[in-house]
Amino acid sequence: MAKIKKKIKTIKIDADKCNGCRGCEIICSAFHANPQYSSNNPARSRIQVITNRLENKWLPVFAGEYAPAECMGRDKYVIDGKEYDECDFCRASCPSRDLFKEPDSGLPLKCDMCESDPPLEKPMCVQICLNDVLTYEEREEEVDEDVKLEDVEVGLESMVTKYGLQKVLDTVARMSQKD
Amino acid sequence: MRYAETGFNLEIDLATGNIERVETDPKMMETHLGGLGTSVKIHWDRVPPEVKPFDAENLLIFSTGLFNGTPAFSANRTVVTFVSPQSNLLAYPMMGGFWSAELKYAGYDKVIFRNKSPKWVYLWIHNDKVELRDASHLQGKGALETQDLIRKELKEPRAQVAAIGLAGENRCFTASIEQSRSSASRLGGGAIMGDKKIKAIAVRGTKDVNLARGAEFMEHMKGVTEYINYRNANPIPDVMTILSGIGSPQEMVHTDEKWHTENFAWGNARVRRKDFWSKENEANWVTTQLGTVKRLISCYNCPQHCGGLVSYQGGPYYMMKCFGKLTYCMAAYVDDLGFNFRILNRATEYGVDSFSTPQILAFAVELYEAGILTDKDFEGTSTYEACPSDKEGRFFWLLDRVARREGIGDILADGVYYAARAIGKGAEVFDHNTVKKHEQLPLKLGMMDPLYYLMYSTNEKISITQIEGQWPQTPFPTMEQREAFVKDWPQLPDDHFKQYLLDWELRGENANPYYPTPQMAAEIVDWMEMLHNIDDAVCICAGMSSFCLKPPYHIHNYPKLISAATGMDLDEAGLKKIVNRSRNLHRAFNNRRGMTRADEKPPEDHWKKRFPELEEQILSTYYKFKGWNMNGIPTREKLEELDLGYVAEDLEKRGILKDGQD
Repeated sequence: MAKIKKKIKTIKIDADKCNGCRGCEIICSAFHANPQYSSNNPARSRIQVITNRLENKWLPVFAGEYAPAECMGRDKYVIDGKEYDECDFCRASCPSRDLFKEPDSGLPLKCDMCESDPPLEKPMCVQICLNDVLTYEEREEEVDEDVKLEDVEVGLESMVTKYGLQKVLDTVARMSQKD
Repeated sequence: MRYAETGFNLEIDLATGNIERVETDPKMMETHLGGLGTSVKIHWDRVPPEVKPFDAENLLIFSTGLFNGTPAFSANRTVVTFVSPQSNLLAYPMMGGFWSAELKYAGYDKVIFRNKSPKWVYLWIHNDKVELRDASHLQGKGALETQDLIRKELKEPRAQVAAIGLAGENRCFTASIEQSRSSASRLGGGAIMGDKKIKAIAVRGTKDVNLARGAEFMEHMKGVTEYINYRNANPIPDVMTILSGIGSPQEMVHTDEKWHTENFAWGNARVRRKDFWSKENEANWVTTQLGTVKRLISCYNCPQHCGGLVSYQGGPYYMMKCFGKLTYCMAAYVDDLGFNFRILNRATEYGVDSFSTPQILAFAVELYEAGILTDKDFEGTSTYEACPSDKEGRFFWLLDRVARREGIGDILADGVYYAARAIGKGAEVFDHNTVKKHEQLPLKLGMMDPLYYLMYSTNEKISITQIEGQWPQTPFPTMEQREAFVKDWPQLPDDHFKQYLLDWELRGENANPYYPTPQMAAEIVDWMEMLHNIDDAVCICAGMSSFCLKPPYHIHNYPKLISAATGMDLDEAGLKKIVNRSRNLHRAFNNRRGMTRADEKPPEDHWKKRFPELEEQILSTYYKFKGWNMNGIPTREKLEELDLGYVAEDLEKRGILKDGQD
């Protein structure tokens, strides 16, 4: 496979600074609403602040790749004497939990760094976090060329994995006849 | 589609367990906005003046406002309304935290409770699924403890829970409703919840909250964001630290407590300790606070740090805010700040207002020292020990008795006003710091201040410190400072206020008590009230608006934000008219319950120097400015101007408003 230069976009998360306000969740859902900013719903957000106030846990987590199956085993982390729940650090949208899924369709959500046209200087969550918990960084790396899936494809792929290609095709055919 | 509001309320009949999802009239937003505004309208329509606080017909409403759940920074208040057991008037304590946005994401603007449940229940709202669940196993549990127990039981770590503790269960008049790092504390909302046998309300929502013109809304929010950043980086010079920033008082951030400890009164609002902030006490307090506050935290979608996650010397975590950091120390005359952190933990689990409760305990100590209460009142029983004699132990003991309504605590739990009258034997004179039967902050000052005179006397909030904010507390000594202050003041509703500030002097003719003049005082107080009423309708925290000098939200950007959010086209005059309508309806509700001019006065000893004639003139001028008659009742003319002709008719029918009286 050919090598290409790829821009790596990173959000550095300084969780120690997080005041737990969840403003990042709101702005993410508003930015990705259609039309943009027409609605707000943190359940649709691609960043979730996992908190347990009385255990002093504050952990902003970004939605990563869709995972069709649960992990075979689970991890539990203890950091500074605090035991984190299984999956707390995981970014996957996966069958084991309802995190990072569209609340109505169940389709997986994934952080896209607010890619848009014209491009934003920084993702919206970074812009809105006035406490500097989130810092945006960019660097270039050489990577293998890869085919990038569009949003619809990501969604369809997960449906195919869940229900099988034929069932999805049949359903789409039936739905298009109704129209 | 409905914008900014969801368009649905939950109506819960606790007697039958019937739950209904009721679509609201879209016209209500045009006439009363939302939040406090629409709640007051519901109380007016449905709660006649004969209804007593603990009657089944007393409504208990938990309300969101128009901005909860939107990207508007600091839109996180929940307004709780009910006829108060303490004041017998329509109370509206508010809490921050996370609850309101979650309720809107679940698809509701308000939860309206009527009647009483036969057994302990909690309400679980999960989008369209709403159920009353048994809470018998939660009886006696702490207010914070209950929140986590419910989240575990429901397997919903993201549920937001508002709960009462033992004080609410026992209908203590200072019982609070606790939720995350916040609480609705004043005037006994927790007691009404307890009376209705609601232990908690849990909510989880995953639906959309829509904005009419979202992109435009975000454009206006850019200005707000820039201003927040600007103000956080540039505190106002020449004012006290606590007034220099934005947000609710940053008590968890600031360690310098010279101002509070030396200017507020210790004990039962008695003594100013002008030399308290010694090197030794300062060192103790700073070390204790820094060692105890583990993290600075905020409410929903707010960049500030008004709250603290605290743990004192390895004790359990709990959350605290604001002046609660010092109230127990000061009321008990205890110099060690550690005591406050220890007792506030227990008080938060009991669920009691950390402003009025310490005053009740200090009142009991005073009565004991005066021989009105005796050792007999402080005896133990088979279930608890006798009261210890040290200051700290005594306060813990009294707090336990009050929250549990045991022994003398059963009388004290009705608050200082009623306790003083029940105890008698001269105890009445120790009730020296209440307004409309509600305990005020322990402040005793020298010279009567016309603005504060009006706020103490007249506001429906009754808790005075939650009404002030837009105007500096004292004049600036030099003209240079005044000019600098007025130069950068985009929040002003009208430019002519600048001259009032420029002419305001520390001494002489243009100083307290004659300046600001009665007319100016009426205008300034009206401005503060107007902004508070907008905040409470959209549920923006007053700390980012009406409660602070030069805040990010004000009368010039609010109409634009509200218009973009709701789709209504509202200008400044239109917005002012709506909140004026709400305020007058609120006042009429209270007038209908018997409130008149005779009730409108600050505590007698609030200032050393009083001016009875001038004070009457200030009050009359304000009434006239507001369009009220000399008894403090809105006139028919005023009510009609605000499309409240039906209110005038009601007041006339009841003989509260008389023909030709103005």
